[in-house]
Amino acid sequence: MKLTGAQILCESLLKEGVDVIFGFPGGAVLPLYDTLPQYPALRHILVRHEQGAAHAADGYARVTGKVGVCLATSGPGASNLVTGIANAHLDSVPIVAITGQVARPFIGKDAFQEVDITGITLPITKHNYLVLEVESLPRVIKEAFYLARTGRPGPVLIDIPRDVFLEQTEFHYPQKVEIPGYKPTLQGHPAQIKKAADVINNARKPVIISGRGVLISGAFAELKQLAEMAQIPVITTLLGISSFPESHILSYGMMGMHGMAYANMAVDACDLLIAIGMRFDDRATSKVSGFAPNARIVHIDIDPAEIGKNVRVDVPIVGDVKRVLVALNKLIPPAEHIDWIHQVDEWRRQHPLVVPRTSKKVLPQYVVHKLYELTKGEAIIVTGVGQNQMWAAQHYWYDKPNSFISSGGLGTMGYGLPAAMGAKVGCPDRIVWCIDGDGSFQMTLHELATIHQDQIAVKIAVINNGFLGMVRQWQQLFYGKRYVATPLTCPDFVKLADAYCVPALRVEKKEEVAPAIQQAMKHDGPFLIDFVVEPEENVYPFVAPGTALSQIIEEPRKEVTAWSQQSTP
Amino acid sequence: MVPTKHTLVALVEDKPGVLNRMVSLFRRRGFNIASIAVGSSELSGFSRVTFVVDGPLAMVEQVRKQLGKVVDVVKVSDITEENIVIRELALVKVKATSATRSEIIQIVDVFRSDIVDVAQDSLTIEVTGAEQKIESLLDLLRTFGIKEIVRTGCIAMTRGGAGTANGSTKGRDNEQTP
Ligand SMILES: Cc1ncc(C[n+]2csc(CCOP(=O)(O)OP(=O)(O)O)c2C)c(N)n1
Repeated sequence: MKLTGAQILCESLLKEGVDVIFGFPGGAVLPLYDTLPQYPALRHILVRHEQGAAHAADGYARVTGKVGVCLATSGPGASNLVTGIANAHLDSVPIVAITGQVARPFIGKDAFQEVDITGITLPITKHNYLVLEVESLPRVIKEAFYLARTGRPGPVLIDIPRDVFLEQTEFHYPQKVEIPGYKPTLQGHPAQIKKAADVINNARKPVIISGRGVLISGAFAELKQLAEMAQIPVITTLLGISSFPESHILSYGMMGMHGMAYANMAVDACDLLIAIGMRFDDRATSKVSGFAPNARIVHIDIDPAEIGKNVRVDVPIVGDVKRVLVALNKLIPPAEHIDWIHQVDEWRRQHPLVVPRTSKKVLPQYVVHKLYELTKGEAIIVTGVGQNQMWAAQHYWYDKPNSFISSGGLGTMGYGLPAAMGAKVGCPDRIVWCIDGDGSFQMTLHELATIHQDQIAVKIAVINNGFLGMVRQWQQLFYGKRYVATPLTCPDFVKLADAYCVPALRVEKKEEVAPAIQQAMKHDGPFLIDFVVEPEENVYPFVAPGTALSQIIEEPRKEVTAWSQQSTP
Repeated sequence: MVPTKHTLVALVEDKPGVLNRMVSLFRRRGFNIASIAVGSSELSGFSRVTFVVDGPLAMVEQVRKQLGKVVDVVKVSDITEENIVIRELALVKVKATSATRSEIIQIVDVFRSDIVDVAQDSLTIEVTGAEQKIESLLDLLRTFGIKEIVRTGCIAMTRGGAGTANGSTKGRDNEQTP
């Protein structure tokens, strides 16, 4: 039986196990939308802006480990996806973006709503396709999903001309993919693994840095085994958060620009750095020439191009993190590094993550901490970008894999709400909190309409400081306190949520924080809390850009509140 | 001295945009291409590309690995250190008068190159060889006045029985293929 291109697409998506598409219609994809009702197993969620569709697919993919799917029409629909695709690219998130294109005879004619989206997304996709005959559609879809989720995952875009959706052909879904130029190295080289084991077994002051690759590879247990067996402190990158239980005795939190002081000190002082599934981003390493000056570096990553890209590496291992760790762990006998652990513990005692003062005003760190307590650390936290993101990373402790979802590489304001939406759709049984900045939230808040229409029970905590806070912090510290274009006059978020039929509360006093969170969680459905917080609160510790990780600027006012002290893991 | 010019050979799928994917990568990552030459290979559906890249070894390694990540690229090898044949073709239009013509022809003979067109006031010379040979010829011809130069960029192949860029990738980090 012959099927149309649109039907073939839907059949193929089902074959790939797709259950939800985040999309937005338009002329070029109308034939596809008209076909969707024939496939009720494909749930379509109508976003309010295509950027939201890409972020939602991204959030869905991060929490489920499956490929997220977004859909947009040609021209502006496709170009609106760009930020979301770039975001997924930098954070290695498997999404497949499907775009409509003008009909084949119009391609290259500057037709209505024509953009060269394969050209535009060339540097921000793992691969992309323009499908010029319907016969190749099943193969392309098969390849796209395969490329997106295997190796180093990433976004793949499929551009489909309108008339290809309408053309008919026999449908055969390929069993296998044949891509001669794509064979990711999964198994680490045994000789390299042996070398790594030797340096690990001889190290006196080893540190593990765990990145998002550990989460992607599902190597949570293997990482834990390595750390425990050889007694090695584990530090994560921002995106590595939740790859190692933060309540674990060997967990020393996040490193980098706003990392824990003791984590950065440990990286600075270690004699061996075992970097796993991370890519030495400049926000993590700070000044490269001053990075881990005394350390030999073992780097495990699936992408050979990451080896030696930013820092010199002594023992590179290319392979899937989980497989490499399984092999490596066999060569690691139990070891102790008591003196070293004591040293790092001592740094933690001397330089705890502090919250400066008790304040009448609501402190943003306190909000995050209360969220931690009241969700018992079991929520999936999705963040905006800026200070809110850093506080969410610092003051919530993540024990479950993939429970911290954040835009790391691109730092995309507006990521929070749509990504939280995707995360909740992917994990309907988990509590999903979006911790957002008042600036970030306003970039994509129209998705309130989506979470209302589809009753996606995302809880939103807007950290409302009336500023583009992170930029204001830099202006305060590096630009003589000249707050140019950072003060925000915000709308009344409670009224706004109300207009979108999302129940909301405003919190202005410390004692209201916990009850409001409880009320939000009791409510069966989406809920928003506008936390009006101390406007000029800064994020500490802070390693200024261009300085070495060891040059840590700490909170100047060291009046430690009880909760922050006692809760230091 | 460490050579800064590296010769990379890639076997790529003959797909629309494959050249664009590779070249855009050079631009985006700030790699310097000295030359690039593309043509069909012995395998149907595949082309072979020769890049000459200028830069320190670490950068060239990055080029090789980043090229390897392009899905349509099957294989990339840095063959600089191997025993290779490198050739480039150049066409040179040089000013010629009755007084200089015979001298030019002598030079052309010495370089075992050919005159492919003769006009009233110019000669067009076709020369094939390694880059150095072409540069030396151009140096000599410059005194007569060069009107136009067209060069193909280098193509390269390893000597002996082994194929170029369809065997193993020469990597330093234990990776088999990207
Ligand atoms: C789309 C986008 N534009 C600009 C920036 C630059 N930027 C980084 S943080 C920040 C401020 C964020 O403000 P807000 O969302 O209110 O969060 P806060 O830092 O106050 O918590 C800005 C403007 C960005 N990261 N993303």
